[in-house]
Amino acid sequence: MKPRHKRLIFVAVAVVALGVAATLIITGLRSNVSYFFSPTEVLAGKHPKDAVFRIGGLVKEGSLKRIGKSLTVQFIVTDNAADVTTQYTGILPDLFQEGQGVVAKGRIGEDGIFQAEEVLAKHDEKYMPPEAQAALDEAAEAKKNKQQENLQ
Amino acid sequence: MIPEIGHFALILALCLAIAQAVFPLAGSLNNTPSWVALARPLAWGQALFLGIAIGALTYSFLVNDFSVSYVAYNSNTRLPIVYKISAVWGAHEGSLLLWAFFLGAWGAAIAIFSRHLAREVVGRVLAVMGMINIGFLLFMLITSNPFERMFPIPAEGRDLNPLLQDPGLALHPPTLYLGYVGFSVAFGFAIAALIGGRLDASWARWSRPWTTVAWVWLTLGITIGSWWAYYELGWGGWWFWDPVENASFMPWLAGTALMHSLAVTEKRGAFRSWTVMLALLAFSLSLLGTFLVRSGVLTSVHAFAADPARGLFILIFLLVVVGGSLALYAWRAPTIFGGGRFDLISRESFLLGNNLLLTVLTFLILFGTLAPLIYDAMNWGKISVGFPWFNRMFLMVTPFLAILLGFGPLMHWKRTDGAALMRKLRIAAIVSIVIGLIGFWPAISNGSLLVPLGLFLAAWLVTSLVVSIRDRLKHKRGLGGFLSDFGSSGGRSYYGMVLGHLGVAMFILGATMVSNHGIEKDVRMAPGESAEISGYRFVFDGVTRTPGPNFIANRGKFRVFRGDDEITILEPEKRTYLVQQMPMTEAAIDWGLTRDLYVSLGEDLGGGDWSMRLYYKPFVRWIWLGGLFMAFGGILAVTDPRYRSLKRKKKQEAPAGAAAPASLATENN
Repeated sequence: MKPRHKRLIFVAVAVVALGVAATLIITGLRSNVSYFFSPTEVLAGKHPKDAVFRIGGLVKEGSLKRIGKSLTVQFIVTDNAADVTTQYTGILPDLFQEGQGVVAKGRIGEDGIFQAEEVLAKHDEKYMPPEAQAALDEAAEAKKNKQQENLQ
Repeated sequence: MIPEIGHFALILALCLAIAQAVFPLAGSLNNTPSWVALARPLAWGQALFLGIAIGALTYSFLVNDFSVSYVAYNSNTRLPIVYKISAVWGAHEGSLLLWAFFLGAWGAAIAIFSRHLAREVVGRVLAVMGMINIGFLLFMLITSNPFERMFPIPAEGRDLNPLLQDPGLALHPPTLYLGYVGFSVAFGFAIAALIGGRLDASWARWSRPWTTVAWVWLTLGITIGSWWAYYELGWGGWWFWDPVENASFMPWLAGTALMHSLAVTEKRGAFRSWTVMLALLAFSLSLLGTFLVRSGVLTSVHAFAADPARGLFILIFLLVVVGGSLALYAWRAPTIFGGGRFDLISRESFLLGNNLLLTVLTFLILFGTLAPLIYDAMNWGKISVGFPWFNRMFLMVTPFLAILLGFGPLMHWKRTDGAALMRKLRIAAIVSIVIGLIGFWPAISNGSLLVPLGLFLAAWLVTSLVVSIRDRLKHKRGLGGFLSDFGSSGGRSYYGMVLGHLGVAMFILGATMVSNHGIEKDVRMAPGESAEISGYRFVFDGVTRTPGPNFIANRGKFRVFRGDDEITILEPEKRTYLVQQMPMTEAAIDWGLTRDLYVSLGEDLGGGDWSMRLYYKPFVRWIWLGGLFMAFGGILAVTDPRYRSLKRKKKQEAPAGAAAPASLATENN
């Protein structure tokens, strides 16, 4: 085999490998990506109805309660404009607290309650998940704009 | 006073770094040996001043100097002394200082161990490292000065994040950083080679041990980090595909590819451009990791409260380093193309295959890690890429890697007789396929095809290594033969490779078993109740309050039975750290080579009831043992006498070698 042919084979292998990889990435990504929605967006019905997505904001003060003798807890995720009632069965992360930022992953059931499969933990109490922060900022911004409109 | 000395030392280190970046490089280009000769003393000075700086910060921690705001935010008078020291690198500013200090230390190490290297090469390598440290020191002095004072002086510090009050943290960042920063040496060598147009076998031989040492540190850092996350976070997981974990894994993959590619470049002179590319990639990915951790752009468990100015600075720095090195590469690399020829069935092409797979995996992970940023920038929505996607990508690539890995050690350079290779590996293939088939047994497979696959791959690695060792020791007898082979030039490299590849097999076995046979159970228990997983019965004896040095713990007590025998008592804790009022789960683990039993407390549900999580983790230790084996393999390879004999040889040649013009090297091409 001439060196040129060999190089050609290597290049072909590399191209095929890249093509396969690209296909896998894209098909795989479709089923494994979860989008983020703020409570306001969820209330407006913008969230996917039959797919897993994430919500985030603050855990509303005084909303955390335990359901019966089970491991299920219920709390409200709020962006100070809209509230989403959320349930989670299992052990909450250490830094989960009322009044603190939270991001949860799951889907909305028939009853309109967000069933979380996963509540995101954080390492540092000062840390605020950027998405939760963005949700709060957007809601605050919207409120301010509304107030200004009302004034006018 | 002491913090000001530290601050001043940082500024001096910056001045030295600037001098180190300019003079040796300029001197090597305009033939001014006196400028080039500055490289070593400057590197020494930089390491010294950065040592003073980190010493000053450590001192401030030890004497509870809360006028230094970094100390006030990350320490407390009641913090145990060990953690006062590890708190030095426990947060943003200090970890940057550690980074810069290690960069200085690597520079000094080059100054010491490079006596046999041509002076211009040392000068250029150190110049590149000086440039990198300019970036880090500027960053520190402008946006994140660890010595900043605060006023009024608080009476008490805010304490170190309780998660970080653990021996694992004392070890994890320094080892990881030594690895990250260590790749700057390979990067420096690559840039120096690009500048000098001298990318020959001797260049590869020089950078090999340095690359391997950096890789060893990175391997240890990742292993310790995984182990720490496992026992400290209380989730029982050992890898989460968190952006920051990926940030350490990507340079590791690129570094692994680089190690193997360097071998080809050294032995056969092939793949030069590719090797240089990998060296640039490994360090660029290390920098990217730092950017991801420090900028807080991604939702990550490692993210710290973010400051946009910092993110921007690192991003610009990253662009300068990556852009600059790629531009240099584009300009110079074509002149250094070429190398030995080889057949399709040869060690070269199998190593190329290994390299391609590792690189593809690196870019897959890079894509998954950055996808949320890309989507956000494109306004496609805020996404997160799930754990399963990464797992799938990983499993798509690594089995091929493992199969190639079995062949590699038995292949010859240039060309291998395919039929002879098959004859040698016949038994290994049969044994591993049989083991793989046994893995289909329902009790073993647990309904997953991954178990037979994992068992097959692990067996294939081990058996093919055995064949390789037998082949190597064909003409030697007994232990004496082995020892003489071990001590020979190239012997330790070979056995280092064996250990490293054995580590991969152990990792595969551990990951396969724990992923497919691990059991996790969330339960609610009252004192006296019991729960059973995988034949182990956990009897809950309630929770008592126990004070610690800077925390109060609720300590649970579990007696664990197998059948009627009590095998152990586990005492997990839920701690509340007094200063930050932060709750922390301290899991209790009964560890063993074939299984871990793991209990972590959830919360007090009232009336003596607690929620808790019980785990059965078969073979989980093998994952980290595998990591340790890989690291030891690397250490063994670096201590190979052939690197020392090389030094001796170089010394003898030194007078001639030093005078040799760069054109000699270009002739090789």
